Amino acid sequence: MYKATVIVKRRPKILDPQGKAVEQGAKLLGFNNVKHTRIGKYIEFFVDTKDLQEAEKEVREYSEKLLSNPIMEDFEFTLTEVKDTKEKE
Amino acid sequence: MKPKFGIVVFPGSNCDYDAYYSVKKVLGYDAEFLWHKEKDLKGSDVIILPGGFSYGDYLRTGAIAKFSPILEKVVAFANNGGIVFGICNGFQILLETGLLPGVMLQNESLKFVCKDIYLKVENKDTIFTKGIKKETIKIPIKHGEGNYYTDDVTLKDMLANGQIIFTYSSSDGIINKKYNPNGSLRNIAGITNKRKNVMGMMPHPENACDPVLRKTDGALIFQSIAMHFN
Repeated sequence: MYKATVIVKRRPKILDPQGKAVEQGAKLLGFNNVKHTRIGKYIEFFVDTKDLQEAEKEVREYSEKLLSNPIMEDFEFTLTEVKDTKEKE
Repeated sequence: MKPKFGIVVFPGSNCDYDAYYSVKKVLGYDAEFLWHKEKDLKGSDVIILPGGFSYGDYLRTGAIAKFSPILEKVVAFANNGGIVFGICNGFQILLETGLLPGVMLQNESLKFVCKDIYLKVENKDTIFTKGIKKETIKIPIKHGEGNYYTDDVTLKDMLANGQIIFTYSSSDGIINKKYNPNGSLRNIAGITNKRKNVMGMMPHPENACDPVLRKTDGALIFQSIAMHFN
């Protein structure tokens, strides 16, 4: 079994109003060095197979078809082999 | 012939009854609700994907609705030339399914906007607009994610094909940033597919049909669609 973590990021060219709003908050708190805040999504799940290639294929398709929208987002993922869904990394 | 409008109901739809009321009670056409788990369009001539927050807008607006059982039938219906009309969240769903090009981002202002706006009718030679004589129509908007975006190549293509149907404008049709309520690319408010049988728009024509509301320009769109069945 594998634990998958997927990070979905908005493409650099695409406006991120949420990131902008959060950065306004950072400025109010005095974090003056904070620049270019961008907000993405972190998604984790398990893939119940022993075959790494199969797991990669499934995670990639899941990310392409549902977790991200290729017009505005990119994604990256990692897979870590685990014994069961309770195992910590 | 009186057309029958099939109005899809998703968990989280909230303009489905408004569409039903306007189409059936105000304008006198046939209408029926279609539950998202059904796989039958019940003989509908036109499919409306209504406004709201299908599946709580989780992940992205419209992202999960596109996997509803009924959507498979709606996509097949559209690919077969059937008329599909997505309003607000319905537009977002059409973008996610790929029936229409582009994506919807959060409003540039970061605010939910709810107000009457004017739309310039950019293309009157479509099923959805052929009954509109006026240059601009007044219709309300109510959305937080109506900031339409697409890449340059797709935009060029859409312009060349006359797929941009409505743009945010002044009452006399001036288009600039001042009249753009959400940051939408080129003030785009409504578009069709290449074949022009599928339209999505962010403004709510179903909320501008009943004369009691003192605005009835929305009816022009539904009447245009109905003309197609005469």
